[in-house]
Amino acid sequence: MGELNSPPGTPAALQRPRHSVTIEGSEAGFGVTRFDAMLNWSRKYSLFQYPFVTACCGMEFMAVASPRFDVARFGAEAPRFSPRQADLLWVVGTISQRQAPALRRIYEQMMDPKWVLAFGTCASSGGFYDNYTTVAGIDKIIRCDVYVPGCPPRPEAVLDGLLLLQDKIARGDRTPGIVKPRQDPAMGLVQLGVPSAKKEGQR
Amino acid sequence: MSQSVLDALKARFGAAILETHSNFGDDTAVVASDSWKAIGAFLRDDPAMSFELFVDLCGVDYPERTPRFDVVLHLYSVTHAHRIRVKARIGDDEGNHAKIDSLTSLWRGADWLERETFDMFGIKFEGHPDLRRILMYPEFTGFPLRKDYPAQKTEPLIAYRTEEEAGLPLGKLEPFGPDEGMSFGRKVWDTHGTT
Ligand code: SF4
Repeated sequence: MGELNSPPGTPAALQRPRHSVTIEGSEAGFGVTRFDAMLNWSRKYSLFQYPFVTACCGMEFMAVASPRFDVARFGAEAPRFSPRQADLLWVVGTISQRQAPALRRIYEQMMDPKWVLAFGTCASSGGFYDNYTTVAGIDKIIRCDVYVPGCPPRPEAVLDGLLLLQDKIARGDRTPGIVKPRQDPAMGLVQLGVPSAKKEGQR
Repeated sequence: MSQSVLDALKARFGAAILETHSNFGDDTAVVASDSWKAIGAFLRDDPAMSFELFVDLCGVDYPERTPRFDVVLHLYSVTHAHRIRVKARIGDDEGNHAKIDSLTSLWRGADWLERETFDMFGIKFEGHPDLRRILMYPEFTGFPLRKDYPAQKTEPLIAYRTEEEAGLPLGKLEPFGPDEGMSFGRKVWDTHGTT
């Protein structure tokens, strides 16, 4: 039995499962779960995306969508070019003041439940465009669920962002989240200006 | 490279050619702004000039100088394979009275570039058929490439959300608090009953 989530003292037969419980031993076998947990589980693995691609981050978006990184593995492979059919808005690239009304309109046209992912530093905060042309982050005009920093972010960071969003969907959490940088495993191998141990040994 | 062009301009327009130089082979003539269109017509139509290709037109702001703006024109001749840069100085200290003749009747390509120069510097091109902003929106006030336009100033086209509407602070978020970051770094994790 899985973890139970009921007030202490509730009779065992009336206890509510916290997430899902598989009851062993029955010939057919069946599971019980909470309805909203099941709904969120199915939502997080069937995100239909609307790519709002405006700038150089679009290249990394293509990398994420193409076979090497393959966002289809996470159930988000189908782009919809109508906001009516989409439930995840990817804002990929710089949003200029002139585009802001279009972006807000696209967001308003999407059906609930809907989520927004800010792809790259420009969409998250305006990036280095601290001037008259650029909206300093899409959260100034629409709500935003996940920020993926990077200029542009690597596809791995974008997939981290997608996983973070899926996690938030499963928990019903709408507070904004930021993807953390990861340690680059290659960084430990070569350090500029420091002779490597192998060379020392060879000498 | 095209010293002959500068010589021909000086011979033809005399005092209207204020100065010339050929730094690094870029032949440049600074001309009086009221001869701007006549010089353009000469450069396009004279068989020895034949500047068919309108390469670029832009403005430059020198805030300490009077006249304050340069209008810079680059032309190229496909026939003779020579090029020239023509400049005119216009506008007072405040940037008012910055007017010059439009070249759209000589080169169609001048249209959008003159609109851009108008949009960024507020230089008026007289005789332009449709002098509107081209990069910025019509609601925009001011001319952003003038040096006295504040570097951080913005004029949003739609109102930003307020923090009450958003229900959360819209300043920079705390990046790496205990609750932020990777989903698998979270304390609460949907285990689907496997714990
Ligand atoms: S974050 Fe960098 S790569 Fe992405 S749109 Fe902005 S400038 Fe381009």
